[in-house]
Amino acid sequence: MSIRVEQVTKRFGAFTALDRLTVEAKGGELLALLGPSGSGKTTLLRIIAGLEHADEGVVRYEEEDVTGTHPRQRGVGFVFQHYALFRHMTVFDNIGFGMRIRKESKQVITQRVRELLHLVRLEGLENRFPAQLSGGQRQRVALARALAVQPKVLLLDEPFGALDAKVRQELRQWLRQLHDEVPITTIFVTHDQEEAFEVADRVVVMKSGRIEQVGSPQEVFDHPANPFVMDFLGHVNVFHGRVHDGKMVAGGIEFNAPENSANAPNATAYVRPHDVDLTRIPESTESIRVKILQINPAGAVARVRCYSEEFGITLQIDLSRDRYLALKPVAGEELFASPRHARIFSPKEDYSI
Amino acid sequence: MTEPARRGFSRSREPAWLKWLLIGIVYLIVVVLIIVPLLQVFSIALSAGWNAFVQKALVDPDSLHAMWMTFVVSSISVTINIFFGMALAWAVARFQFPGRTLLISMVDLPFAISPVAVGLMFMLLFGRQGFFGSTLEEWGIEIVFSTPGLILATTFVTLPFIARELIPVMEAIGPDEELAAITLGASGWQMFWLVTIPNIRWALLYGVILCTARAMGEFGAVSVLSGKIAGSTETMPLRVDKLFHEHDEPGAFAVASILTLFALMTLIAKAALEHWVLASIKKPDANEL
Repeated sequence: MSIRVEQVTKRFGAFTALDRLTVEAKGGELLALLGPSGSGKTTLLRIIAGLEHADEGVVRYEEEDVTGTHPRQRGVGFVFQHYALFRHMTVFDNIGFGMRIRKESKQVITQRVRELLHLVRLEGLENRFPAQLSGGQRQRVALARALAVQPKVLLLDEPFGALDAKVRQELRQWLRQLHDEVPITTIFVTHDQEEAFEVADRVVVMKSGRIEQVGSPQEVFDHPANPFVMDFLGHVNVFHGRVHDGKMVAGGIEFNAPENSANAPNATAYVRPHDVDLTRIPESTESIRVKILQINPAGAVARVRCYSEEFGITLQIDLSRDRYLALKPVAGEELFASPRHARIFSPKEDYSI
Repeated sequence: MTEPARRGFSRSREPAWLKWLLIGIVYLIVVVLIIVPLLQVFSIALSAGWNAFVQKALVDPDSLHAMWMTFVVSSISVTINIFFGMALAWAVARFQFPGRTLLISMVDLPFAISPVAVGLMFMLLFGRQGFFGSTLEEWGIEIVFSTPGLILATTFVTLPFIARELIPVMEAIGPDEELAAITLGASGWQMFWLVTIPNIRWALLYGVILCTARAMGEFGAVSVLSGKIAGSTETMPLRVDKLFHEHDEPGAFAVASILTLFALMTLIAKAALEHWVLASIKKPDANEL
């Protein structure tokens, strides 16, 4: 079932949480709402579920207008950030709750709970209480409980937020698999771009109650629509300069500006840490002389922090393992940084962090 | 884990004599101020022998009626306060509205006002010369010097107990479980009975016990409003007071000892409840994923 939110506005006092926002989740899609805290993503999710009322705008399930429908009648499965398991009920009773409300027979409930326990890999834990489960187990009970009522749409609020890194990683992959097995329309909220990219079919990047960009993870990462998205998706090095005759000039370096760029007295170039190379001798006239401040070689890439006197900025450079071992930079050393690729934004696209 | 270490730390810093001195003082105060008077009540009550005690406390019609009144007044007051307390805790813990903070502080007002003042206040409102007095008389409703007055006063005085227990518990639990029940298809009542009540049951029971204890012992406000008509508007504390002033000491202490016994019973119920809740919390720890 597809979900459409049209021109929805939500205010809390003087604060506008959502500002005439329109977004659609296609039937069977796994959609991520990605944004910093205060961007309105959780509010949007709660409006879709009916737990919050929109001040203006319409929510549609398929073509049906459900804006005024009580959450009880919407047939959504909602997984709360802190799971909201019924603490006085066992895992079995938690999962069976929705069916019990629907007056299903004991047999049907038992049968379906067993299936769900198998689906979320919690067989044998049906008599535990939520307090006796780990975070990851609670998360899966919450999912099973939401799936038990065969919802038309599954809504997850920061589903992995409260878990430690390793469990989070496992659950992400598991959620992706689960969605492939049970392909119901799923919308989840996250502030972690890696999480959104890894799990979702499409990502909606939000800021201050508006949508900044919608697209597949690849589209959003490769072609960020504006500086905010660029910056939000990971660390960037920022160079200030001007656009002139199709070139962006910043100090001694030149980048190719996007086609049809008008000349602009001030523009900004954004360079990702992995798009900068580091060498002992200048690669070209555009190489920037930098002084190494700090190196963190632990991890998939070696993270190097260095300072450019010319630009007066600190640069973040990610070197591949091989490159790092070949170069072996040391703190205090003077090297040359060469940006290979940049995205140029002129100031008319207003931008503030 | 840190608990034993910390205890050891403080033990090494404070001399043993100080510790025992402080403990001794506490015990002395407890014995002199609580245990001795308590035993005294029972010993004087039984000083004229067991039969006299039974006669005074359990056979005398006025004493029996006082016991009945105490039962009626406190059970109705506690029931009213259960509804009021839950409604208030719900409103305060689940909604934001203007005057919310003021309302929370207002709940404590009955604790702050002297019960005698409360009695006088109701007297001035509902008494014959009072603000609503003539209207009530027209409608044939008696409040002052009758049971409704006693209930009103007792309810007012015990108002904070249940609400005070419930508000922090409901705030701590938060609305998510209730919302989860709603998204799973539960109606308001189903949510209330299947999710809210089980979550607040211990706090509610605790509040009810404290409220009952206080309601049974209420003297000040009730004393002003009751008129102290034996066999009619006399509750146990009033009966004790009256017998004492009539120099019927064994009688006064006999009724007092019954009242004390009730109080001890609520105390035991409270202790048992605490023990029970503590045991139910100490479940085995979560297994790893």
